[in-house]
Amino acid sequence: MSIELRNISKRFGDVAAVQNVSFKVAEGELVALLGPSGGGKTTVLRMIAGLEQPTEGDILIRGQRVNDVSVQKRNIGFVFQGYALFKTMSVADNIAFGLKIKKWPKAEIDDRVAELLKLFGLDGLGKRFPHQLSGGQRQRVAIARSLAPKPSVLLLDEPFGAVDAKIRQELRDWLVHLHDELSVTTVFVTHDQEEAMEVSNRIVIFSRGNLEQIGAPRQVYEQPSNEFVARFIGVLNVLELRVENGVARLNELTFPSHGVAEGSSLRIGFRPYAVQISPQLSEYRYRATLRHVYFLGVQLRLELETPSGLTLRTRITKDEFVRLGLTEDQEISFQIREYRVLSRDGFTLNPEVSAVHQAPSIGEGI
Amino acid sequence: MSSARSKRFQILPGFGLSLGYTLAYLSLIVLIPLGALFLRTSELSWAQFLKIATSDRAMASYRVTFGCAFVAAVINAVMGTLLAWVIVRYRFPGRRILDGLIDFPFALPTAVAGLTLANLFAPTGWLGRWLDLVGIQVAYTQSGIIVALIFIGIPFVVRSLQPVLEDIELEVEEAAASLGASRFTTFTRVILPALMPAILTGFSLAFARAIGEYGSVIFIAPKRAEITPMLIWYRLEEFDYPGAMAIAVVMLVISFFLLITVNLLERWASRFQR
Repeated sequence: MSIELRNISKRFGDVAAVQNVSFKVAEGELVALLGPSGGGKTTVLRMIAGLEQPTEGDILIRGQRVNDVSVQKRNIGFVFQGYALFKTMSVADNIAFGLKIKKWPKAEIDDRVAELLKLFGLDGLGKRFPHQLSGGQRQRVAIARSLAPKPSVLLLDEPFGAVDAKIRQELRDWLVHLHDELSVTTVFVTHDQEEAMEVSNRIVIFSRGNLEQIGAPRQVYEQPSNEFVARFIGVLNVLELRVENGVARLNELTFPSHGVAEGSSLRIGFRPYAVQISPQLSEYRYRATLRHVYFLGVQLRLELETPSGLTLRTRITKDEFVRLGLTEDQEISFQIREYRVLSRDGFTLNPEVSAVHQAPSIGEGI
Repeated sequence: MSSARSKRFQILPGFGLSLGYTLAYLSLIVLIPLGALFLRTSELSWAQFLKIATSDRAMASYRVTFGCAFVAAVINAVMGTLLAWVIVRYRFPGRRILDGLIDFPFALPTAVAGLTLANLFAPTGWLGRWLDLVGIQVAYTQSGIIVALIFIGIPFVVRSLQPVLEDIELEVEEAAASLGASRFTTFTRVILPALMPAILTGFSLAFARAIGEYGSVIFIAPKRAEITPMLIWYRLEEFDYPGAMAIAVVMLVISFFLLITVNLLERWASRFQR
């Protein structure tokens, strides 16, 4: 186990930033700490680095308890959100900084710097100063600098937050390749669920200082352990239903009551892809108007409005859209193929969220 | 010039007009008085000029003026950096008042400052009394001159440094620490180089101000070690205008070269910004 957190809590005054968090990161893993801002993920990262001290609990790196080891001695590489390059030093001097501190022989420092400049696509930029570089180059220098002294753990705080969308995509791919090549244990913080899904082996999801779920990207998407995770990872349509005459209902949409008492509430959620639509009005059980079509490239986002005024969001591939011959403001029929029960009568039943229910078959209830 | 010649669009036009105005204004305020000074000096022959400018009394005054100004500016650079650091980095009750006090030497008439310091440090004064016990005399010695020059120069260093210090991100220090740097190394290798251009700016301003200072020094200076501005004043009182001008010209030329040297140093220290 490369990193282990045991019952870590952190309080800033009266504010509990992190509450009783435990997880392990295996040697060579690439793990994302994901959550909305203020969720405690950056605080966790800073505690692993030693930039922050936990109020309670133990942090272990390679099996050694490091609570009392200073940041200088933890042998970690830390990449800051704003790069934090040394602006008075050239690119080469920035990368060499940690090596000079560790008193590497000059020849070895030069070799290591040259190696990293090459590996990071910074050849020929060694003599430049940070302000002469582009955002993406600065980010790469920051990562090269943190990796130069061969740390046992690489920690990155919102590493791609400050660069534009296209460069961000490049840097993500590049980080994955770099990790494949160096296989250094890496933990990075992000608030972008797409980034976390794309880059990491495993995702640790935080909200309000609590660890909500830990798992592989596919696992947290398909089997969210609670409503927060289900809503945070991917897009989720949520419907608040009321049980009347044995069926759960919201306007014209009806679902099985799932054992909820008459007059009580039932909350369900479904992914956009679970909505099936057809231009044939008789094909599915509900009617709607195709209110808006948002073009996103390969995918289109559709906004449906039912006769009673409910709005549902769905996604469809461009090819499918063309095949069905859909246009804006067209009348269509639709059904919700599968959904999850999020809560019953106001009580969240976390284990149930991960279960997917098939919707009643065609024609039923009409 | 290149910006005027190239056809690049500028929101605010008027390079020609504003440059003309700048030159005219600078001439009126700085160049014409300076020219008059040199013109007046040219009434003297070269031999006469040299004799006045290199007289023992004049030479001694240059040493006192530039020596004391340099020592005061160096002390200000160090202590001013510390003061600016405390004001920018820490939050404590009375910080605003402390911040305001920094400008005090700007506002106070220098003669008042000189009188006050002389009184304080006189062997019978509040501070001088105690210093006298351990055999240190400040008032009416060169130390007194230095104390006065420190007083008038301190705001320059603090005010030059404050914006630069505020710009330094804490993340940079954390980055140095994560790479294994001790606090001392972080300060000397990361923080100080970034502050150096501003420290040198503050130093040169405080130094220039100290070279020209007159009002506060005359009250605390010893009888035997006079500063050059005092010597110039004595010459004027004797209606020896060319003599006064000759010494003034020497002072001007030395100041000019010293300030150019400091400016070059400053350019070198800020090479990372270009």
